Amino acid sequence: MISRNFIKYWTIRQVITIVTTFLLVSHYLIADTQVHRLHFLIPGGAGGGWDGTARGVGEALTKSGLVKHISYQNMSGGGGGRAIAHLVKTAKRQQDTLMVNSTPIVIRSLQKIFSHSFQDLTPIAAVIADYGVFAVVNESEIQNWQQVVTLFQNDPSQLTVSGGSGRGSMDHLVAALAFQAVGEDPKKVRYIPYDAGGKAMAGLLSGETKILSTGLGEALEQHRSGQIRILAITANERSPVVPNVPTFKELGYEVVFINWRGFFGPPDLSQEKVKIHSKTLKKMFQTPHWEKVRIRNGWKNLYISGEKFHNFLMQQESMISKLMKELGFL
Amino acid sequence: MLEGILTGLSTALSLTNIFMVSTGVLSGTLIGMLPGLGPISAIALMIPITYGFDSASGMILMAGVYYGAIFGGSTSSILINAPGVAGTVATAFDGYPLAKQGKAGKALAVAAYSSFFGGTIGAVFLLLGAPLLARFSTSFQSADYFALMLMGLVAVSVFTPKGQFLKAISMTIIGLMLSTVGMDNVTGTQRFTFGQLNLFDGISFLLLAMATFALSEALIITLGSQHDNYQAFLTSDLHNLKVSKKELKEIAPTIGRSSVLGFLIGVLPGAGATIASFLAYGMEQAFSFGNTKVKFGDGNLKGLAAPETANNAASTGSFVPLLTLGIPGSGTTAIMLGALISYGVQPGPQLYTESPEVFWSVIISMYLGNVVLLILNLPLIPYIARLISLPQRFLIPFILFFSLIGVYLVSFNTFDIYMMVGFATIAISLRFLEFPMAPMLIGFVLGNLLEDNLRRSLLISNGKLEFLWERPITLAIFSITIIILTFPLYRFIRSKLQTKNNL
Repeated sequence: MISRNFIKYWTIRQVITIVTTFLLVSHYLIADTQVHRLHFLIPGGAGGGWDGTARGVGEALTKSGLVKHISYQNMSGGGGGRAIAHLVKTAKRQQDTLMVNSTPIVIRSLQKIFSHSFQDLTPIAAVIADYGVFAVVNESEIQNWQQVVTLFQNDPSQLTVSGGSGRGSMDHLVAALAFQAVGEDPKKVRYIPYDAGGKAMAGLLSGETKILSTGLGEALEQHRSGQIRILAITANERSPVVPNVPTFKELGYEVVFINWRGFFGPPDLSQEKVKIHSKTLKKMFQTPHWEKVRIRNGWKNLYISGEKFHNFLMQQESMISKLMKELGFL
Repeated sequence: MLEGILTGLSTALSLTNIFMVSTGVLSGTLIGMLPGLGPISAIALMIPITYGFDSASGMILMAGVYYGAIFGGSTSSILINAPGVAGTVATAFDGYPLAKQGKAGKALAVAAYSSFFGGTIGAVFLLLGAPLLARFSTSFQSADYFALMLMGLVAVSVFTPKGQFLKAISMTIIGLMLSTVGMDNVTGTQRFTFGQLNLFDGISFLLLAMATFALSEALIITLGSQHDNYQAFLTSDLHNLKVSKKELKEIAPTIGRSSVLGFLIGVLPGAGATIASFLAYGMEQAFSFGNTKVKFGDGNLKGLAAPETANNAASTGSFVPLLTLGIPGSGTTAIMLGALISYGVQPGPQLYTESPEVFWSVIISMYLGNVVLLILNLPLIPYIARLISLPQRFLIPFILFFSLIGVYLVSFNTFDIYMMVGFATIAISLRFLEFPMAPMLIGFVLGNLLEDNLRRSLLISNGKLEFLWERPITLAIFSITIIILTFPLYRFIRSKLQTKNNL
């Protein structure tokens, strides 16, 4: 009996030793390609756009083995402002925290809704992009953007433009930008706000408004099923998902608006950490896991990192701030 | 179409999908029962799991969670006055008083039957008319929504029990005022936020309901004497599920009316289950005005059956815009839409011809789901009902814990907890002065939509008031509202004439 227990004892010990050694060695072997852990801070509740982005990126990063463990924290409130304030306040212990965000952070920073600005944070990288589009119902007599312009020039008060967010927010600004590029007064745009993209779409379909300003992602399904027609897109080049929709550039107007989604680190994050984080995200684009997530959600890749991302944001800010001043929001 | 239905039938009745619908409704009921926890986070967390399934199974599962949660949400509304989901807040108005009278078993049974019929009748409508109904869901414009909300508000205010009129009206106004807190969507300015970032998004409806109902009730019980009516439960017929024939006869027309109303409201992308339950409650008050033995709010069976039927019918109805137009009417359906698209299913008018196995199987699975819910819930009622016979020292912490945690888990914001305690304290003092809480919640939930749609109508009409009568739908709803307004006057005159004749 004693000897059998003895054997058992040794076997278990050996197994433990071997496994631990293996784990230690393997840890060192992959240590320089794998980030041990990341924490994603999501400024909105479960199920929103930010939430979907963070969890999608997280899925690709962990499944591909680029990051071993990712934790998520939803912190809604203040249109995203609460999460920013939290990240600024607890910056010291947030060295491995990435906050997901998107274009509205620039707009809301300008509006001074937040106690902080996006400039207080360290931009890491943008990962995906959506573009603004303008659409009409399929039965509409409006066939192209040029007709919209003519209608606007004849009588801007007859042309109601709906959008899924309040005045001074993204859908409104994109509409103002488009009519400004035509050479018209953006203040004359009759913008009708709805409290969600889906409701703005329902408003358009009910015939309540003439055209809809929204993101491509939110109009794609109705465009494909033939309920609405997208007239123009604010991208640099035609989108492969709607190849028949012209860009504003093609139509001769300098309207480019990119609604990015990306990640920020806490204030004054070391250059070294910024590099590690942006490298991790860059590597993700090559993985099949990301491709799966991306296709599933219909996202378009857009990778801008570090200094470039910062410059891009500053450029977007100056454009929006100029526009908002003209519209009387600032 | 028949072929499509048959495809859907065989898909829905496959072993996997029967398992999916059962799992969905079971987890939905459990999530719904937990105060404050709605289907939205449950579905969001479930999406990654469903990626392995085919699209029909995934949708069947998620739809099951959705209407299962609305089914289960009534349980905590009735038993502890803590609404499980926003759609079952109105269930507490008459459900909780019934439970307090020791009729918890009966209340839960009525809720289960109402939910079952609401869901099933809704599914019948969906099966028969989904393609046609798509047109109905885009026929409503802002002016019509405004008229609808106004009608709801008028209905609940006009039919308040005698002697409470002024108090009810003032509470409605407080509700309307509270609904203005937060960022104003039209101008983008902040209202009544006092520079507080936490108030930027406004006050959450569920938070307000939890604070004024569950929290204040729990605290009032603690303030009461040791020998309160809770002890009566131990001797009462708590487990008695029996609903008498007479009672069934009484609520049958209510269920019929409320399922039609609930379903139609659910079809509208601008309303939803919560609005449907309140409007059905108002409508039921109007229909039984003057000839009820039990006052609404004191445990009227119709007052319980109406919102319970309507919210389930509405959750079924919300699949019309979701599937046939690709338009989500609520946060929950928005998540489902996202899932649907990522399965590669194209929502829209062609869905029922292009992907019949998804379209019809989801609808057919709803029949099955509702039967499963009923079979699941009825035998459990005696056990669940026993919960409130727990001694107070266990029950009260339980209620406090779940209502606070429930609200916190939605926003992860401690400010919400403080706000809840604040509202509960105010609510307690108001309740001691016998101010009713229900009108405040009605004002709050309708107020948001009322203002939003009125201002949008005004924007569209360039500030002119013609939108009030230009459209037939608006005009029809306003006419009904005016008829409702003259109701009390008519009854008053009739009773005056009768007394005169008697003299």
